[in-house]
Amino acid sequence: MTPTSLFSRRAWSGIVACTVALAALPLLNLFFADGHALHVPSYMVSLIGKFMCYALAALALDMVWGYAGILSLGHGVFFALGAYAHGMYLMRAIGREGVYQSDLPDFMVFLDWKTYPWFWSATDSFWYCVALVVLVPGVLAFVFGFFAFRSRIKGVYFSIITQAMTYAFMLLFFRNNTGFGGNNGFTDFKRILGYSISAPGTRATLYLVTLAALGGALVLCRWIVKSKLGRVLQAVRDSESRLMFIGYNPLWFKLFVWTLSAVLCGIAGALYVPQVGIINPSEMSPANSIEMVIWAAVGGRGTLIGPIIGAFSVNGLKSWFTGAFPNLWLFALGLIFILVTRYLPQGIAGLAARWRKEQA
Amino acid sequence: MLRKLFLIVCLCFAGAARAGIDPALLAPLTGDDPDARVEAIASIGALANEDATRLLTALKNDALYATPDGHLYIVDGDKAYDPASGATGPLPEGLDGLMVNNRLRGAVDDALSALKLFSPDRALRLAAATALQKSVTLAQAPLIEKALAAENDAEIRPMLQLVAATANLQSPDGAKRKAAAEALAASSNANLRPLLQTLQTDDPDEGVRVAAAHTLAALESRLARTEFIGNLFYGISLGSVLLLTALGLAITFGLMGIINMAHGELLMIGAYTTYLCQLAFRRWMPDALDWYLAAALPAAFLVTAAVGVALERTVIRWLYGRPLETLLATWGISLILMQSVRTIFGAQNVEVANPAWMSGGVTVLGSLVLAYNRIAIIVFALLVVTGVWLILNKTRLGLFVRAVMQNRRMAGCVGVSTAKIDMMTFGLGSGIAGLGGVALSQLGNVGPDLGQGYIVDSFMVVVLGGVGQLAGTVIAALGLGEANKFLEPVAGAVLAKIAILVFIIIFIQKRPQGLFAMKGRSAE
Repeated sequence: MTPTSLFSRRAWSGIVACTVALAALPLLNLFFADGHALHVPSYMVSLIGKFMCYALAALALDMVWGYAGILSLGHGVFFALGAYAHGMYLMRAIGREGVYQSDLPDFMVFLDWKTYPWFWSATDSFWYCVALVVLVPGVLAFVFGFFAFRSRIKGVYFSIITQAMTYAFMLLFFRNNTGFGGNNGFTDFKRILGYSISAPGTRATLYLVTLAALGGALVLCRWIVKSKLGRVLQAVRDSESRLMFIGYNPLWFKLFVWTLSAVLCGIAGALYVPQVGIINPSEMSPANSIEMVIWAAVGGRGTLIGPIIGAFSVNGLKSWFTGAFPNLWLFALGLIFILVTRYLPQGIAGLAARWRKEQA
Repeated sequence: MLRKLFLIVCLCFAGAARAGIDPALLAPLTGDDPDARVEAIASIGALANEDATRLLTALKNDALYATPDGHLYIVDGDKAYDPASGATGPLPEGLDGLMVNNRLRGAVDDALSALKLFSPDRALRLAAATALQKSVTLAQAPLIEKALAAENDAEIRPMLQLVAATANLQSPDGAKRKAAAEALAASSNANLRPLLQTLQTDDPDEGVRVAAAHTLAALESRLARTEFIGNLFYGISLGSVLLLTALGLAITFGLMGIINMAHGELLMIGAYTTYLCQLAFRRWMPDALDWYLAAALPAAFLVTAAVGVALERTVIRWLYGRPLETLLATWGISLILMQSVRTIFGAQNVEVANPAWMSGGVTVLGSLVLAYNRIAIIVFALLVVTGVWLILNKTRLGLFVRAVMQNRRMAGCVGVSTAKIDMMTFGLGSGIAGLGGVALSQLGNVGPDLGQGYIVDSFMVVVLGGVGQLAGTVIAALGLGEANKFLEPVAGAVLAKIAILVFIIIFIQKRPQGLFAMKGRSAE
């Protein structure tokens, strides 16, 4: 493997085939009328769009967990912060069409606020909010990570404080007076960049942007993992003290991948909001962040394609279960957690690799 | 003495018609002046006899009517009772209901509740005196003094004295105001503050101003002390709850290194066991219902310990040495346990009632109520900690536990069955979580999600205290409880909680090993 070839020829063809197949879905929805054999229902487009956001979050999480050995139980915060940052723009874009027909979002009218608080200033600009999507999770992760990694908090302790972080943020965002809509969060969006948010064309565009983001992130992560930087990260995971004896300072490597992961997760959240149409603080509940971890674990951590497969399969299962047997879903999810950790530590990707080895 | 008289009056009243209320008092009721009407009600209330009660009750129930010439009648069916003469007769012509607005209704309620001061039932009198502490007017002063003359209960009497003084603060007589202000130096009623402040600045009489200032200063310092002690008590109480929820985790996580995310669900199972015990007692032993907790404690311990041992045998023992995997597997277990309970008992909260001896509280320092269930939980936490300490330090099992946790291979070499000790330690930790669940069932709602609210807090306590340190866990739990309760009045409950989480996150950066670092070879 030379550094120039990111993926093997077979992997490339697989990725291209998947991308084409996924990209075809919204087009089939748009260009074939309802009832046609090739028509894809709209709910399917938004469902797959949602799964791709989850897959991006799982990929981001796997960069820190699978490659650098840092298990975060707080990635829900970065996801939700990205979503809230984008949501601020979407709320401003509602204009005067809210229930109270005010310039302010309904929840601020409800709180009897007269003007936007300072952190809402300039959020009517789309590009400013896009910058926030990257900056807010990025800066939070950088600051949090800097102090945590500098004091060499590792393993379980790091996981627990990330969980405390997401719990604290959840409590904060549940307060009405924090200025993010309390437990209702943001919803009832009308338009994005002037286009109606519920129009099929807008939905297809959002879907394709998400697909591009996922594909771009996959290539970027692959590039990082194959570089020397990626190998140092794996050394952090496998034996951090030995790496330090060789003369590396793991702080900056960990901080880099941690911040990158948070930013990717924030982008996933930002793409999630317009497609799902709501963001509220329950996205920050510790349970949600742990669920992200299981996506990566099911697919196979320490691989890049694994988390994407995991996010699709676990969430696909969830959609099916909550439709068919809603009471059994938590049993199934619990069993997935137990069985994967007990019998499939390398996930589906690991299973496939073993099977291929046996074939060879 | 007066009560006897009162009884006689009542008997007389029952026997024969007699002269009723002075018509001069009744006249303003039919008039238009709202102030005069309120005053009349207070004066009628001050009569403190059966007639007054009857009239006011009628007014409250819209049964008081007036003829166009201003004569009042209490109408009951087709009978009309004349409160002025005490005669009952047929309904007169042209009766019209008396208008009662909210202000008047309030005055009637106040007067009626004040009349309870003359009830022979001690509890009613106490309740009336307590209500009067919140609002009392000068017009009620004669009434209170009348009640005071008859009252000889050791608890109600000083209360009434303070109430009388409060009423007299508004007296037009300067000497009375001064005496009242001085008498109130013994009070700890926060409602007096604004009244005393006005007296202190605006009273024409210098003596009253001085007395008011003096009393106000005493009141402020007493209130501050009460608040401090209240915070201290509720902080210890919250700390005990945290301790009970975290103690099991201090063993499974602290000693064994298992990140047991299902710990919260073990608490929940303990609480549900309590619920089942209560049901069983209600069904088969209703007479002994107050003692169902005595059965719930061992039952909860055994049930959760059994669940814990089962988990250890089936899942956790395969994951020793892989802490992050344990975390995920136990999270899966927690989902399954939660959903099982939801399937069996329903998603709604179940009702666990405090035993009768636990409801209510003891009042200290005048106004601070220490609830019995809070006190019971503090004592219980103390007992459980002592028990755990004794098991770990004074028994053979404890010796083996410590040996295995410090040096597993060496312990195995000298013949300790490490797998069995692992199982028993995990069972012990789980059982203690069950005991914590019993305590939680006495404080709040019992539902399938009960454990979720405590899992982050429990981990915070153990991490803050230092892993493997029982003393650290105790101090961390009490410290967090106190910090929470002292921050709450300043920042509000949610911000206080966030501040504490942020503090812990920062604290762990500074001292990753917690308050009490493990020393020696077992430290990493």
